Amino acid sequence: MAGEHRVRLDDIATRLDAIIASPDAALVAAASEIADELLALGDAILEVWLSAHDTTPTTSSVEGFRLLALQRQGARGDASFNACRETCRELVYHRNLVCLEPAHPDTARRLRLDAMVARHLALFIGGKLEVAGLGEFCCASRPLRSQEANTQLAEIV
Amino acid sequence: MSGKYKNVAYYPGCALEGTGHAYNRSTKELGKALGLEITELENWNCCGAMEVKNIDPKLQTYLSARNLSIAEKMGFDTVMAPCNGCYHNLKKAEYDLANDASSREVTDRLSQKAGHKTYESGKVETIHALDWIKQAIGEDGLKARVKNSLKGLKVANYYGCMYTRPRHIFPEKDKGPGSESTSKPHFMDDLLAAAGAENVEYPLKTACCGGAHTLSDSDTSTKLVLNLLTTAEACGADVIATECPTCHTGLEMHQVRAEKVLGRKTSVKILYFTQLLGMALGLSARKVGVHENLSASSAFMRARGLG
Repeated sequence: MAGEHRVRLDDIATRLDAIIASPDAALVAAASEIADELLALGDAILEVWLSAHDTTPTTSSVEGFRLLALQRQGARGDASFNACRETCRELVYHRNLVCLEPAHPDTARRLRLDAMVARHLALFIGGKLEVAGLGEFCCASRPLRSQEANTQLAEIV
Repeated sequence: MSGKYKNVAYYPGCALEGTGHAYNRSTKELGKALGLEITELENWNCCGAMEVKNIDPKLQTYLSARNLSIAEKMGFDTVMAPCNGCYHNLKKAEYDLANDASSREVTDRLSQKAGHKTYESGKVETIHALDWIKQAIGEDGLKARVKNSLKGLKVANYYGCMYTRPRHIFPEKDKGPGSESTSKPHFMDDLLAAAGAENVEYPLKTACCGGAHTLSDSDTSTKLVLNLLTTAEACGADVIATECPTCHTGLEMHQVRAEKVLGRKTSVKILYFTQLLGMALGLSARKVGVHENLSASSAFMRARGLG
């Protein structure tokens, strides 16, 4: 993986860990801002992937969220990227939960879970930058090694 | 509840004879306790798993189709596969045979060479163990049979990836009330709730565990699993319920590895949903193979009056 992308993901992971470790009072005091920041960090994680593949990250949105548009952009021609589709939707869901009801007694916990979901997205993208096939054979149900085989087995059996 | 899955063909697949032995054992015991009949496919073969599919997907289609043809020959119209990988591959074969002429051609040629009837799509329905219990017994049926309620047990349900992805090979899902959801699966949640468990809201129920890369890129898998485990704990879960031997083994193995390599200890227990349901029905922990799990859960379950 190119160093610059790793550094960017490491920076994001450090910020996510800081949010997870924050005391409840600090999270509750800035609940909506942190929820928005977590969504923006999700955008940034997917931007890393797209930029690493010389693709300009979209500025459009799907269902009102750029994150979902970025995920869809990443999945174009790469079905294994759908392995993070639900993770992105969970990020949006948790952000909405907090922003709709920032004074809810569960807000600090919701924000921590939100950050953990974002961390999963960062780990998935980091893993996929290391080994592009992550999610390929399972979520996309596509072969990983067929290009390496000179002849398809079914032809010679 | 349709009751139509009370007598089905059973395709354990290779994992259930190895690392997933406890899943095999608990699935059979659960079926017996519920009065459901399963008949193992005779002379079944590998579903094509990842090894064959990675090189030649059409050969994988044939291998899965051969299993479906065995089920048909044995007089069954339904085959139940508890392993997500097997379930996924049989579903994929069904889809490919229905939609891809070259897959049909290869399957036909290899079937003739192997000397058995070519499987035609639509003859046998593939279901998961979750569909089996959900449709044949249902939540009300389970509730009526519970002897040791799972009350007080907080469970995070982890479905993994191959139970719902890619969406197009699961045409029966996302059909509204009563059907399974590919974006937010709930069948395992429904069944465990019926047995008294308290399901926690777990946001990573279909998130990647890096399972396919567990040997080639172990660190990525360990970090992904560690996040699954710590998130389950943050949700308040005592137990992660699984319904796939690959997910289950991955979670258990990387729980140990995360402690050894990253110094991060987690204490959430990992159990197959069939083990949890079995114990709720009064079966002993030994009978459903809890002692075979890497994640030491026997004492934990005993302390809660289970097993």
